[in-house]
Amino acid sequence: MHRTAVKKVVLENVLDANDTLARVNRDMFDSAETYTINMMSSPGAGKTALLERTLERLRKQLRLGVLEGDVQTTLDADRLARFHIPLVQVNTDPGFGGECHLDANMVRSGLGELPLEDIDILIIENVGNLVCPAEFRVGEDVRVMVYSITEGEEKPLKYPLMFRSADLVLVNKVDLLEHLDFDLEQFLGNLDAVNPGVKTVLTSARTGQGVDEWCDWLGQRLENV
Amino acid sequence: MHELSIAESVVRIASRQADGRRVMKVQMKIGYLRQVVPSALSFGFGLLAEGTPVEGAELEMEQIPAVGKCRLCGVESLLVDFPLQCGGCGSFDLEILEGEELMVESLELEEA
Repeated sequence: MHRTAVKKVVLENVLDANDTLARVNRDMFDSAETYTINMMSSPGAGKTALLERTLERLRKQLRLGVLEGDVQTTLDADRLARFHIPLVQVNTDPGFGGECHLDANMVRSGLGELPLEDIDILIIENVGNLVCPAEFRVGEDVRVMVYSITEGEEKPLKYPLMFRSADLVLVNKVDLLEHLDFDLEQFLGNLDAVNPGVKTVLTSARTGQGVDEWCDWLGQRLENV
Repeated sequence: MHELSIAESVVRIASRQADGRRVMKVQMKIGYLRQVVPSALSFGFGLLAEGTPVEGAELEMEQIPAVGKCRLCGVESLLVDFPLQCGGCGSFDLEILEGEELMVESLELEEA
């Protein structure tokens, strides 16, 4: 049998469905007056450790909540349980062997367990991955990237997508600067090349360096909402 | 590997737009600034199309070069490398006109 084809023009954006759900999430955050941070990094850059320092610093002044995204386990959520704040763990494993990012629908699935009305700042700790999370909006107000200096200077050039989309980059593990060959100026130059003028804060979750500055930045953003 | 999520979305769009017919080809436009690995997308597409009207369809991916318009001097430049920079005056203040596409452009459907 001879098959002939007929062309149909579609012109549909692949991420439309996700973006629509992200807007639904955002409307929920806005109506609850919850400021939402999408925190992204490679695995092991120190997101959870910085989050612990952040909670220690801010929980007396602000009502914080956390949505933890991981492929498997509740290890991160377990670490944060001692703060007694609203906390929900979303595991991406039920997808195709574990998605490498949170998307708007996965975040939505966790929101039912969070009392948004009682949360001033919701921190969404995305799955550790330097590429994929950047493609998927989840309804966040702001994107904060954690980058550890053990990852080298060149990553902004190799993986520009996430660096381009960040509103703030926390350059973490700076207590190790004296032990590494890491060239901070070169890294900041590479970062500026892909995201001109992006704000950076040098942090160490270990020593607490920069945590005040990062929290002040957050406080300012909250005031300007 | 976000290509799997993207492939899932492409298969869903193509299945819905197929009007009950078999899809023979899916044509996509993918911007240069998207970090999409074509082989990974093809692999995921083939896997996820099984059992749908898209099964066996060819996935054609057209890469769209990045083009930016300078907000200072108005010149449009082809953007090949980071830093993304105006070819006219060297400014970094650009409006991205093309290169961020991630779109199902058209389908080829089996004639009824």
